[in-house]
Amino acid sequence: MNISLDPWIWISALLTVSIFSFLYRDNPFYRFAEHIFVGVANGWAVTFYWHNILVPSLFDPLFRRGQLLLIIPFIIGILYLTRFIPRVSWLVRIPIGITMGYYVGASIPADVQAYIIKQTQGTILTSQNFQAWNAGNMGVVWSIILFVGVICTLSYFYFSKEHKGVLGITSRIGIIFVMIGFGAAFGYTVMARISLLIGRLQFLLGDWLGVIH
Amino acid sequence: MKKTFPLFLLFIFGILGIIPFIVPHPIVQDTNNFLLNVFLKILAAFALILGLGSLLRVHMDKIKRKRQNWQYSWVLIITFIITSIIGLFGGVTGEGILPTRIGSFSFDIWTLYFNIEVPLGATMFALLAFFMASAAYRAFRARSSEATLLLVSAFIIMIGVLPLGERISHHLPSFTQWIMDVPNVAAQRGILFGVALGMLATALKIILGIERSWLGGGGGE
Repeated sequence: MNISLDPWIWISALLTVSIFSFLYRDNPFYRFAEHIFVGVANGWAVTFYWHNILVPSLFDPLFRRGQLLLIIPFIIGILYLTRFIPRVSWLVRIPIGITMGYYVGASIPADVQAYIIKQTQGTILTSQNFQAWNAGNMGVVWSIILFVGVICTLSYFYFSKEHKGVLGITSRIGIIFVMIGFGAAFGYTVMARISLLIGRLQFLLGDWLGVIH
Repeated sequence: MKKTFPLFLLFIFGILGIIPFIVPHPIVQDTNNFLLNVFLKILAAFALILGLGSLLRVHMDKIKRKRQNWQYSWVLIITFIITSIIGLFGGVTGEGILPTRIGSFSFDIWTLYFNIEVPLGATMFALLAFFMASAAYRAFRARSSEATLLLVSAFIIMIGVLPLGERISHHLPSFTQWIMDVPNVAAQRGILFGVALGMLATALKIILGIERSWLGGGGGE
């Protein structure tokens, strides 16, 4: 056993143990660590936005280099703070509207491109898609299964017609694909969390207590 | 004015957001770069100030009224103020006017980040492993053929990505990968099409002013 003498390792370890104490039940140690987490996260965000955005993109160019165009985002940004003044609080809708409008507008062609065109290109049965699997002749089979799976999954989520006849069969196959997909996503998420847990245990037993190497 | 003007701005900026994907002219692309990388980032910084103001107001109110667990609000406020002072005056790498080192003990913003924020964040997410396992036990008991399928798929993935999977059968890792690449992608893609169409419909509703919940309460037109 070779316990660390680094004060930061001790702080990290005690905070880690405090969070894990929630497994027993909600307690003051957990709440203390939880509030530190939120406080430090927001303090870090202030630092990040100040040093990486406000100073280099607004205050330096506007007040030192005289780029007067930046007065526009400066004034519109300040309108966010009118939220605290009831009489003029409606002005907060202006920066929100501009931000939402631009991102929503930009998302329309981006979503069509990424989620519809590209996904359709990857699903249709073409020789290029058959070869993309690097699985020889089996690439054709995998592509057909993928194609059938997508069509059947879509048919399962089609609620404008009762799931009877052909639609009943395809939606039944669709739910099989959906369940396998959900299972895979769940399994992968659990394993990601477990790998984080292993990382924290390695930190406690290795870096802090020096029990493992 | 109170609602129509913000809706009008949203429509104009919505169109401005679409144009760069259609028009490759340098003026349009430069304007897009300015809006995305300067204008909207500055607005985001002010939005953060609004968020922090709300957070501090809620916790100050909690302290003032001595609501349940009000003492922890002091912990949040004090750690927030200390971290902000260290970050703002100590600089990103400790080059600011505030000294962030006493002897060999360093307390600059990145030291705080890597020794408090990162371990706490990782532990919070690691904690979810226990709750997910407990929730999964209750939810996935093989009560129907669909639930069994989900359970079997999850089990194969979990075992298949471990070295144990290779020991059980050397086909298991490749079978795991096949599940991830073929049936999983088919299901995700089918769902994604629906999600994309939903996002498009919502985006159009927002731009055209049909969806107005973002305006919140308050009077005026």
